[in-house]
Amino acid sequence: MAQARAGLTLVSARTGWSAAALLPLAFLGLFFAWPVLAIVTLGLREGGVLDAVLAGETWELVGFTLGQALASTAVAVLAGMPLAFVLARCRIRGLGFVRAAVMVPFVLPTVVVGLAFRTFWPDGGVLPIVLANAFFNVAVVARTVGGLWAHTDRRAEDAARALGASRPRAFLSVVLPALAPAVGSAAAVVFLFCATSFGVVLVLGGSRYRTLETEIYLRTVELFDLSGAAALSLLQFAAVLAVLVLGALARRRRETALSLRGREELARRPSGGEWYVVLAAFAVVAALLTPVVGLVTRSLSTRDGWSLAGYAALATRGDRGTLAVTGIDAALNSVRTAFDATAVALVVGVFSAVVLVGLRRAGGRFAEVLDTALMLPLGVSAVTVGFGYLITMDALPGDFRTSPLLVPLAQALVVTPLVVRMVLPVLRAVDERLRQAAATLGASPARVWREVDLPLVGRSLAAAAGFGYVVALGEFGATSFLARPESPTLPVVIARLMSRPGELNSQMAYAACALLMVVTVGCVLLIERLRVPSSGEF
Amino acid sequence: MALALGSITVRYGRTTAVDGVSLEVADGEVVALLGPSGCGKSTLLRTVAGLEKPSAGAVRWDGADLAGVPVHRRGFGLVFQDGQLFPHRSVAGNVAFGLRMRGVDREERDKRVVSLLELVGLDGYADRRVTQLSGGEQQRVALARALAPSPRLLLLDEPLSALDRALREQLAVDLARLLRESATTALVVTHDHDEAFTLADRVAIMSRGRVVQVGPPAEVWSAPVDVETAKFLGCGKFVPGSFVGLDVARVGLRATALRVDADGPLSGTVVERVHRRDHVRLLVEIDGEEYEAVGPVSVGDRVRLAIDLDGVARVG
Repeated sequence: MAQARAGLTLVSARTGWSAAALLPLAFLGLFFAWPVLAIVTLGLREGGVLDAVLAGETWELVGFTLGQALASTAVAVLAGMPLAFVLARCRIRGLGFVRAAVMVPFVLPTVVVGLAFRTFWPDGGVLPIVLANAFFNVAVVARTVGGLWAHTDRRAEDAARALGASRPRAFLSVVLPALAPAVGSAAAVVFLFCATSFGVVLVLGGSRYRTLETEIYLRTVELFDLSGAAALSLLQFAAVLAVLVLGALARRRRETALSLRGREELARRPSGGEWYVVLAAFAVVAALLTPVVGLVTRSLSTRDGWSLAGYAALATRGDRGTLAVTGIDAALNSVRTAFDATAVALVVGVFSAVVLVGLRRAGGRFAEVLDTALMLPLGVSAVTVGFGYLITMDALPGDFRTSPLLVPLAQALVVTPLVVRMVLPVLRAVDERLRQAAATLGASPARVWREVDLPLVGRSLAAAAGFGYVVALGEFGATSFLARPESPTLPVVIARLMSRPGELNSQMAYAACALLMVVTVGCVLLIERLRVPSSGEF
Repeated sequence: MALALGSITVRYGRTTAVDGVSLEVADGEVVALLGPSGCGKSTLLRTVAGLEKPSAGAVRWDGADLAGVPVHRRGFGLVFQDGQLFPHRSVAGNVAFGLRMRGVDREERDKRVVSLLELVGLDGYADRRVTQLSGGEQQRVALARALAPSPRLLLLDEPLSALDRALREQLAVDLARLLRESATTALVVTHDHDEAFTLADRVAIMSRGRVVQVGPPAEVWSAPVDVETAKFLGCGKFVPGSFVGLDVARVGLRATALRVDADGPLSGTVVERVHRRDHVRLLVEIDGEEYEAVGPVSVGDRVRLAIDLDGVARVG
């Protein structure tokens, strides 16, 4: 009986955390699962889904989607590895600059990146699509792999060298296997991002090069072929789920594999052949900065030479009233919307992270289920979600479709997983005994959270907020669907301006892009200052 | 009787970490739980603190069962092996933590922090960051932090094990004095018998989840309850009592039991010698058996050996 009592406390702790987990799950259910399922059932009811799935054209789409994602992932991993090495192992000047420069592309709005690459490839094509997708995700590889690299014991490598392995041999036989879980996890995430990338493919691929994501958009919006769109959504969802599960497995291996050491001890000046790697890393940084510089240059140059005309036009509604509001109004609206989205994402994300830590401590498999569920919105077509909102949210009290919270909620869905991924590792790294020490000193559980957890995750929380804010600021897929014409965000305005003729329109679009980029870079620099050394998975 | 443990059993799934342990700690007494790693001593300590729930048995304080009292209301201080100081607080912030939780006002808090830092020999360290302290200093802060709210029982989990030897011996003496002077009731977990004997009024030897022997240090040292305990307490060789001229069935010999002495009753050949910190340790063959001994001689020498009864333990 006594054993039953002890068993009961463990079970009751698990039940308590599981009950708390219902809150984030309810959020996901209401603002993610329901709209997505509604779209899918709508498509299914129309029939013809099977035909659409079996159509040869569909499989061409799948082939191109996976192919470009695979190529982009390969490029991102190859470019990210030297950066990971430099960030993790080298003590050289300009490291802060490298870190910020790597981070900027990841948070740049997709439309901005699409346009930036169009300044070099005006007609788009497969190569710019692959490069642009890789451009975004180099940061994921550099950060994830670098994070593990900085903490793996260098002495294993030294031991291999002492046993007669050459430097490349030691890297291949000792270092790379130790990093494999991080490389795998990063590659899975990158693949996911590339496979569902929307803005870039839409801007650079047009109607020639289509992925599942853009095709869903085209079929829903332009052809109103719901069954086709639903079929494609289902296909995409299945692929995403598979990748997420693989990623979760890799993550779990990584968490058990960590044998952490302080970073300062490990970073040293590069020597010998390592300088070639440093050189490669700086070449990657230069490549990452090229589109950024190109975009700014383009925003300042017109057919008649240098000009601020684009920036001046931001105060107008574009050439012959292309827009319903001025560029400045759109920018202000962007700022407000992203703020709301970040607030929602922080609340849901931090709560989820706390629940995940509690669940894992109490044992059981539920933690992994919740962890994976929270990542799902990253992989489902934002277009599907957006369209799902339109057909479900009127059922909520007061016709939610017209609510000013609609766009922020859709953006929060994308931002929440990022918040979780940034806060969770830090929370997990807090030694349980630190909390126990506080408890023995008389702190109640709530007080322990306030006195120990909160101060320790504070910085990563602030970083997550900044990070989430810029991602929300640049969100395009769902926003383009949901933003009302009289209150568009800046990325929506940019896309609209680009789709209309007129020199002034495109000049204004480039200026808006530059503006967004400045805000984004500012936020990244701020995050870098707040960065807790070696925390977070992105 | 302040603390009373009644047949405590702690199970994790199928493994039993603590198996029916009963133990009492009197007011102002220091008791050491001594045993090899994995014997369940830390689990027992955590159970007393309220961090683990016993599967059976009860933790009582002054007769009252603590089963329903959560960790933060027990009023027990806990010191971990590696301090576990709050990295985001200064030395003073750490020491004052428990006082803040109890709502002690600032002025009194500051006074108490100063007097405690003085007690642990860290006066003037109040504003230092804890991350800048050495291991020994961190452990002193952890001790001051645990003592600040005047806990009714102090729990120490291997408090000195993470420190290097010289520092450990110094701190053990300091800690013993400090516990005695403040008349603190304490339960110390350690695997180091020197540490246990320095600190404790009574020692409880644990093995595989059970307490096998309880008694004052001198008694436990000179008469271990069984061969396993004697081995743990440094006896390397077991012989009939007659070998050393004692009228008991069996004795255990520690390294210092035999000493080179021209007038000694035993004789043998030195087969190996190793320099230790303050003496030379020998391996001597007597009648075909090897024994440890101490003395300044060379390998191959024929020596006579005397028996030092301080190095001999009567075993059960």
